[in-house]
Amino acid sequence: MANILKHTVDLTVIGGGPAGLGAAISAKKSGVKNVLLLERSEELGGVLPQCIHNGFGLHFFKEELTGPAYTYRMLKNAEEAHVDFITKAMAVGISCDNTITALSHNKVIEIHSGSTILCMGCRERSFGALRIPGTRPAGIYTAGTAQRLMNIEGMMPGKRVVILGSGDIGMIMARRLTLEGAKVLAVVELMPFIGGLIRNEIQCLRDFGIPIYVGHTIKEVKGTDRVEKVTIAAVDKDRKYIPGTEVEFEADTLLVSAGLIPENELSKMAGVQLNGLTGGPLVDNLWQTNIPGIFAGGNVVHVHDLADYASESAAMAASNAAAYANGDRSLDLDIKVTAGKNIRYVVPNSITKAQENITFFMRVTWPLNNATVHIGNIYNKKLIFARPSEQIRVDLPANMFTQFNHGEIVVSCDGEVAV
Amino acid sequence: MKEQVVICLQCPFACNITVTIADDGHITDFKNNRCERGKNYATQEIVCPVRVLTSTVLLETKDKEHPMLPVQTSAPIPKANLFDAMKIIMGIKAKAPVKYNEVIYPNILGIGVDLVSTSEVLE
Repeated sequence: MANILKHTVDLTVIGGGPAGLGAAISAKKSGVKNVLLLERSEELGGVLPQCIHNGFGLHFFKEELTGPAYTYRMLKNAEEAHVDFITKAMAVGISCDNTITALSHNKVIEIHSGSTILCMGCRERSFGALRIPGTRPAGIYTAGTAQRLMNIEGMMPGKRVVILGSGDIGMIMARRLTLEGAKVLAVVELMPFIGGLIRNEIQCLRDFGIPIYVGHTIKEVKGTDRVEKVTIAAVDKDRKYIPGTEVEFEADTLLVSAGLIPENELSKMAGVQLNGLTGGPLVDNLWQTNIPGIFAGGNVVHVHDLADYASESAAMAASNAAAYANGDRSLDLDIKVTAGKNIRYVVPNSITKAQENITFFMRVTWPLNNATVHIGNIYNKKLIFARPSEQIRVDLPANMFTQFNHGEIVVSCDGEVAV
Repeated sequence: MKEQVVICLQCPFACNITVTIADDGHITDFKNNRCERGKNYATQEIVCPVRVLTSTVLLETKDKEHPMLPVQTSAPIPKANLFDAMKIIMGIKAKAPVKYNEVIYPNILGIGVDLVSTSEVLE
């Protein structure tokens, strides 16, 4: 093994998307000397260079930006902060002592790191994972693949398109395809409500008169070489097809926008425990995993509503990872945080240190009106409505939690069912 | 007199604002808006809805794997003109190097709005 390059650094960030860049910049600003960012792709920015639509940056840069512009601004900040990065460097291993193995330019790199921040983000749920009956012709793409084909490579994925799933990427691609001359025949959503933000429902679907089928899913895909026909049907509350509700579309293309899955193969190698619901690492209020010195931020933990929030959460993780790298290991609390009634998941999963504000992120399981979020019996937050597509955030001062040395806080939500 | 519902996008509340429009086209009343911003938004949506258009144009560059340049209109343009703008955009070919926020096509619909790059391409 002559070709192993060895590095010793204070802090390593794995992944160069909005989270990884946010983390690396924050770590440098926290005074860490040697910060190394590893990115497996040729360029930094993650998925954002292909997200040519606007709506980014309002929180992080206080300005509305497109995805490429957000990346450009982040890279300028990274440059000013003197962040070191290696692109085309794929982290293939990490152990519980913060040793990272990466492959880059035909070389093996072994990095001994003071602390690590996992910022690997997500990948899309694929068509193959959805168990849809029918044939498997060409013309079926994830929404993100179609987005890359159009916006980076300059190719049209098809002319007559059905989109399965009403997440934000699916709706944004419906608009993009329409503007470029394709006919979007239907956006089909299994749930009885739209999955993405209302702004996208209006500006991407309603603006262009694109038919929306909520409470429907695909019953069959037909085609020999290329997609020829897509049949959809309404579903009942057990998600079974309702006979007689079928609608057929003569489509040549099917896009799948059926959710994002945090990418944690690497995390598992180090023994990081994952949340079965989100697929992301279980983290404490410092964004530290169960493995000391391994932190996580951005969409690898749970899917954030906005890239801005992914950058922000990773930056929070980074300031704590910086403290760890500088030798601060003090933890003074041992409180479990769990999701209760009407809450699908909550982050963090534990509180281990009474430090500054403790920020809770959660999603409800179903749309509710006149909702009240309960952080145990410590705090109630009233909301006019709560929707699964919009993350709820509650910031509380740490001293509210010091009365519990250990124990459990159940986060729950009451309200009137809205749909 | 007629009523039209506008879903406001100025904040996450997304009020369903009911706007009353008189026979002469004047707006006479707003209902269910939580704030003043909603009135302005609803008025704009009824009189002349506008959107920022984002797209890509072909790029002459050494980088064969990135033949597209992301662009946007420098200000919102009328929704009714989105496809007219796209027709122009489809015919544009930019040439590297391109600076961030560089004007790629000035005064795109003759309404004082430019098409600008949203990325930087060095060569």
